[in-house]
Amino acid sequence: MTQPTTVTADESALVAAFEARIAAGESIEPKDWMPERYRRQLIRMMSQHAHSEIVGMLPEGNWITRAPSLRRKMSLIAKVQDEAGHGLYIYCGTETLGVDRHELVEQLLDGRAKYSSIFNYPTLSWADMGVIGWFVDGAAIVNQTILAKASYGPYARAMVRICKEENFHKRQGYEICATLANGTPAQREMLQDAVNRFWWPSLMMFGPSDTDSPNSAELLKWRVKRKTNDELRQRFINLTVPQAAAIGVTLPDPDLKFNAETNNWDFGEIDWDEFFQVIGGNGPCNRERIAARQQAQDEGEWVRAAATAHASKQHRTVQAA
Amino acid sequence: MMVQQTTPEAAVSGVTTAAELNVAGTRGPSFGEPIVEYLLRLGDDRLILGHRLSEWCGHGPILEEDIALANIALDLVGASSMLLGLAGELEGKDRDADALAFFREGVQYRNALIVELPRGDFGFTIMRQFLFDAYSVVTLDALASCGHAGLAAIAAKSLKEDKYHLRHSSEWVVRLGDGTEESHNRVQASLNELWRYTGELFERDTIDEAVAAVGITLDRDALHAKWESIVNDVLQRATLTIPEKTVMASGGRRGRHTEHLGHLLSVMQSVARAHPGATW
Amino acid sequence: MAASVKDSPNDISSNGKDTDGQWSLWEVFTQPGKGAPHEHAGSVHATDAEHALQNARDVYARRGEAVSIWVVPADVIVASAPGDAGPFFDPGNDKAYRHPQFYKVPRGVRVF
Repeated sequence: MTQPTTVTADESALVAAFEARIAAGESIEPKDWMPERYRRQLIRMMSQHAHSEIVGMLPEGNWITRAPSLRRKMSLIAKVQDEAGHGLYIYCGTETLGVDRHELVEQLLDGRAKYSSIFNYPTLSWADMGVIGWFVDGAAIVNQTILAKASYGPYARAMVRICKEENFHKRQGYEICATLANGTPAQREMLQDAVNRFWWPSLMMFGPSDTDSPNSAELLKWRVKRKTNDELRQRFINLTVPQAAAIGVTLPDPDLKFNAETNNWDFGEIDWDEFFQVIGGNGPCNRERIAARQQAQDEGEWVRAAATAHASKQHRTVQAA
Repeated sequence: MMVQQTTPEAAVSGVTTAAELNVAGTRGPSFGEPIVEYLLRLGDDRLILGHRLSEWCGHGPILEEDIALANIALDLVGASSMLLGLAGELEGKDRDADALAFFREGVQYRNALIVELPRGDFGFTIMRQFLFDAYSVVTLDALASCGHAGLAAIAAKSLKEDKYHLRHSSEWVVRLGDGTEESHNRVQASLNELWRYTGELFERDTIDEAVAAVGITLDRDALHAKWESIVNDVLQRATLTIPEKTVMASGGRRGRHTEHLGHLLSVMQSVARAHPGATW
Repeated sequence: MAASVKDSPNDISSNGKDTDGQWSLWEVFTQPGKGAPHEHAGSVHATDAEHALQNARDVYARRGEAVSIWVVPADVIVASAPGDAGPFFDPGNDKAYRHPQFYKVPRGVRVF
């Protein structure tokens, strides 16, 4: 991706000043001048992030009604609710860039906007609630801790709030896993199966290798991103391997080996064909996820219209009085 | 479930003239001490309604409302957990709240029928919530100062939450009732359907009389009057009308439920029951 | 760019419905404890003030983070422009006499 070809002299001075501010670690606020591409990249990235939170409610929401204890039921509701909240925070942040949430939701529903590939995998057992919390939220935290230092103020502030709240997500997930690991043979088997299904898709969450990631360089330069996909992925793996060992589950990668030279855990080849299939709309649950969001949107239409109509009636009454 | 053409007061005896939908027998299995049964009624109402609300999670009409419904669901399940916990303690058979929630059959559930009905559209959910919230607020308000210390403490805590629930559901009833023509018609239809389940909320039976011995003496008539005043006020603001000559349904307090409860429980209890004795 | 500040900030009639059918935007300020200042927490969509308050309560006070909430229609907030930053704020930078460190106090004396 390249810069627009026609840049006026005025604008190039503005761009230089803008980039100098970013290089100096300043944060960019909604009304500050920013290059149009920065604005568009932010809208793309932030709305993708918000959509991921919203679509991410579905695979876990799928098990709320079946949670096996009241405590688990409450923490799962609270967690899925937090995802709605996080989606909302990020949508609000995106709205400061002059685009309505309404418009962003349309983009999600008609397929113009993307969301995290992980949520297109089905949740097949209760253990998935544990493994999603552990892997998926673990991966999200690795990502978001870095994004809390992003250059755009509203995004960074939303991330700070989200990171604070999400701490419980990963812990509750890992706690579920640890409990299953200490449970009956059937529970242990359920756990290992969920780990087997979610490990690779979780690694894919960080996105393609930087050499194949079209947006990375520009996002890094503008400090919309602060670390590369590969760096974040490696960090996640390094954190997770000992956690898996601690509860006696096997990560499904025969090539996983500690590399004393780099201090990293080396890992096997990721199936990027699968990733691009899922991103391209052909994952196991893409259609169901969007259909569920579309249904909520359609069935909510009369409710939203009613609230609007009521408020304007009230307003007229107040004015007439 | 049974259908009675009665005012709530007439149900005091717990014996009814069986009507067309009657199931043989007047009462499901009982739970020993009346206070246990009493707590189960309160706990089951909140568990089942919380469960129904949680079905909205991820499917609400707008993000803000998704979050609001989840908050209410959390409060209700939280209250049920305390009430069932206390019921289990007093029962003395080593059953905790989870054992009571996940390992009882439908006929052993003591919730009112209104809470087990499927969630319907958002208007149905809100109207049911409003009718229940108003009932819950007047009831918990009375229970918060009852002579049973354990129950009074739970009631006082839940009352604060439920007052907010009532504020939330009242506002929505008004918005939907006095919104568009479509919303008015939808929510009026929900009210018509739900009204027959409201009589059960103020029924009195032998359990209510028996718990007087442990300091719980509610004046159901007075509560009913307070409830009516809240309901009338909000429905009037919402331009909605209460259906006339409704035959009231009844049975939940005695374990005589609608068919919906069985399906709800078969989902809710599926994981817990597939692994008896497991910890989660 | 941030186009949320409209030409007529007092036009309350725009509340409730935006041009595209979306509920209007309200900024939310929460007070974390009694006596603390209200701070910007984020925003919500809502149709009227009571609705905005309830939504703000559910979204921004789920963990008991607030003892009080303000909601303000986003389009009535008047903000200084970034271009004004110099003339608006620089003049305050060189007035050292507004700060206590400007004043000398005999050694060893506690003024407060």
